[in-house]
Amino acid sequence: MERLILRRLQADGEEMILNFGPQHPSTHGVINFMVETDGEVIRKAIPDVGYLHRSIEKIGEQVGYPGFMPFTDRVDYVAAMFPNEGYAIAVERLLKLEVPPRAQWLRAISCELCRIASHLISVGTMAMDIGAFTPMLHGVRERETLNDLMEALCGARLTYNYHRVGGVAFDLPEGWRDRTLRFLDHFDRFLVEFDRLISFNEVFVKRLAGVAVIPAELATDYGLSGPNLRGSGVDWDLRRDLPYAAYPNFRFQIPVGKGFVGTVGDAFDRYYVRCLEMGESSKIVRQALETLPEGEFMAKVPRRIKPEAGEALSRVESARGEMAYYVVSDGTEKAARVRVRTGSFTAMGIVDAISPGLMVADLVALIASLDVVAPEIDR
Amino acid sequence: MSQPLAQPLAEPSPASKRRARGVLGLTLAVGVGLPGALFGLIVALSPLRTIVPAGWSDGEVFLLHAVGLVVLAVVLVTFGAVISGMSVWWEMRVSSRMQSRVGYNRVGAGGFLQWIADAVKLLLKEDLVPAEADGVLFRAAPYFVIVGFALTFVVLPFGQSLIAADLDVGLFYVLSVTALVVVGILLAGWSSNSKWSLFGGMRSAAQVISYEIPAGLAAMVPVLMAGSLSMQTIIQRQGAWPWQWNALTNPFALVAFFVFFIAQLAEGNRTPFDLPEAESELVAGYLSEYSSFRFAIYFLVEWGNLWVMSAVAVTLFLGGWQVPGVGLDVYEAARGAAGSIPGLGWWGLQVLSMLVFVAKTLFLVNVIIWIRWTLPRIRVDQMMSLCWKYLVPFAFVCFVGTLFWQLLVTARPWAALATGVALTGAGLVATFFFLRLTLRNVSAVGDRVDLTNW
Repeated sequence: MERLILRRLQADGEEMILNFGPQHPSTHGVINFMVETDGEVIRKAIPDVGYLHRSIEKIGEQVGYPGFMPFTDRVDYVAAMFPNEGYAIAVERLLKLEVPPRAQWLRAISCELCRIASHLISVGTMAMDIGAFTPMLHGVRERETLNDLMEALCGARLTYNYHRVGGVAFDLPEGWRDRTLRFLDHFDRFLVEFDRLISFNEVFVKRLAGVAVIPAELATDYGLSGPNLRGSGVDWDLRRDLPYAAYPNFRFQIPVGKGFVGTVGDAFDRYYVRCLEMGESSKIVRQALETLPEGEFMAKVPRRIKPEAGEALSRVESARGEMAYYVVSDGTEKAARVRVRTGSFTAMGIVDAISPGLMVADLVALIASLDVVAPEIDR
Repeated sequence: MSQPLAQPLAEPSPASKRRARGVLGLTLAVGVGLPGALFGLIVALSPLRTIVPAGWSDGEVFLLHAVGLVVLAVVLVTFGAVISGMSVWWEMRVSSRMQSRVGYNRVGAGGFLQWIADAVKLLLKEDLVPAEADGVLFRAAPYFVIVGFALTFVVLPFGQSLIAADLDVGLFYVLSVTALVVVGILLAGWSSNSKWSLFGGMRSAAQVISYEIPAGLAAMVPVLMAGSLSMQTIIQRQGAWPWQWNALTNPFALVAFFVFFIAQLAEGNRTPFDLPEAESELVAGYLSEYSSFRFAIYFLVEWGNLWVMSAVAVTLFLGGWQVPGVGLDVYEAARGAAGSIPGLGWWGLQVLSMLVFVAKTLFLVNVIIWIRWTLPRIRVDQMMSLCWKYLVPFAFVCFVGTLFWQLLVTARPWAALATGVALTGAGLVATFFFLRLTLRNVSAVGDRVDLTNW
């Protein structure tokens, strides 16, 4: 692997080969970028992934269907609700199981709160990678309240393990609804403050506007998804275009990059689309809490989950783009094959195409704007 | 927002109350006593060389002055180190308030003694020189940095008579010795034999050398206004009231003040110009391979530079130690006969002028800290274009403009006074709008200005 990458780089004259990672403050985990630079200007940057591979997909074949749920948390631990939901939906499709509406609503609520929590980290680290430390900690402060809410909901602050095949693990605890609404009231004001603090800060805008532009065509060619794709101006969101769970019942906008301060598809667009999405998620949670139906939060699921032989695919709109679970059953209690497609992995591919001509500081901005999380790349 | 999960704290036991009182006492002793003692020594030692005790021979007087100067030199370097440590503490407290954190709170009351603990820890660490590094240069680099820092204290004024040596070329001397720091950083970047260090060293060289040009040009504006390079003379030619300060008597000098301040930020590697050690890009830049005491030296210099930067800016543009209502003749009158030991009133005036100077300097230190924890970092090409496309032309215009201003306006006292009052008024209005905007921003998210949790 290493050698293959080195063969694609050259350092015969003016160029220098730089190992940008695997231990580097701005690679958001253990990722390596082999960078060929000419001074500060990058000639080529090749992502070298795989340092955090934990064979999660293989584990899915070794443990039973319900037993795999805690492992899915580790696919993307910054936004652990989405892998939960994706896997649950895939197995439900294998079982041809109908999920009660209350469970659907609870899934939407937990996922949208989780999206806010994940985007807070994303925009915060974006600011930190550009050199402003304070916005990051303001984001983490808000996420702390979300973690408290999640802890009250499912007992965990990071790896939630909340969704189940056929529903969710727990109903809303007492008082949770009011606490959440109070938080959202505060959070909507926080978003305005955050914009004032950093989003339209002159230095910040100068660092991101027109940097690392991904045109819409290139974005679709490379299979980008989620906010990265929408940042390039492509209006595509699974929650609206391939509706699943309770999403058809809510009204919300899909923020799309339109060159807020520079070119369509630049780093700022990807950043700001996430800022706007947090506001939309807040709207969805409000609507869901308002229209939350009564009833069961768990379908009748057999004690031993043993789907008929077949295959199922689920696609959910994760905080980092499309998260797809492909599960193949051979009629036993363990899956024959589990495969996860994640947004971060596809986002890595485009670094190669976008990086030539950027400066070292811009590479940091590019990585941060793609919002990659190392475990999600490698699984 | 979040609800407290912890149980209410139990009533502290008498023993822990006693300990807390002891910690508070120790903190106050260090926090007040240490700078107090240093400032006291500076007050006592600086005017020593103007005193000639009656009946002493020339040799004895020379010996007295020599001993006084050596002790003063030690005191000033110690002052640099102590003020650097205290700036770290202050910066950490300010930044943690800005970021909703607790911040330093373990060692001493309010975590005040943390800087001493950090220094002791760094002294006890292994002094590591990478095998591939150029050992001689690697070891030499910190000395350049500390020397460039410590030498500036020779001409930094603290009060009317409180200065180690009022050189005729004071300002020129400051600009020269601070350039030594960049030699140290460049050596560090090159000798570490690490790619990150090399990036940091190269960025630093480009940055500091570029920004010395606008800084030097802007610093020439007060020189033109005072007609001297001596730090004390520049201060003496300004008045005590804001409308008599260099920065506020002349619009060109006001612009020059901002140019100078920005260039100083860049020379001191402070955000938004902290490119040489940009931790999110270059890991730690030129510092990447340093550890232990050598790292401590860089650390000391970086924060000690806060004081140097602010003190030079206060000297050149903000009236230095001038106390409102106390003219230069008052000092002369209180001084008494030349060579004798001055009376108590004169020493009181010295302390007063020092307090004024320290207050202004600490305010600027605080501004630098605010900037650091608010702004992101600019990119290396933007840093260069800011310097060459904006700051250098602005500094040139200010330089030429001041020339004409001196000829046309300053020659007429009423015009100079009117400009000063107008600019001061504009400054007050700007401060008012700034404070109003701040309060609005705070109340927009439903927060309150809350100072209870210090």
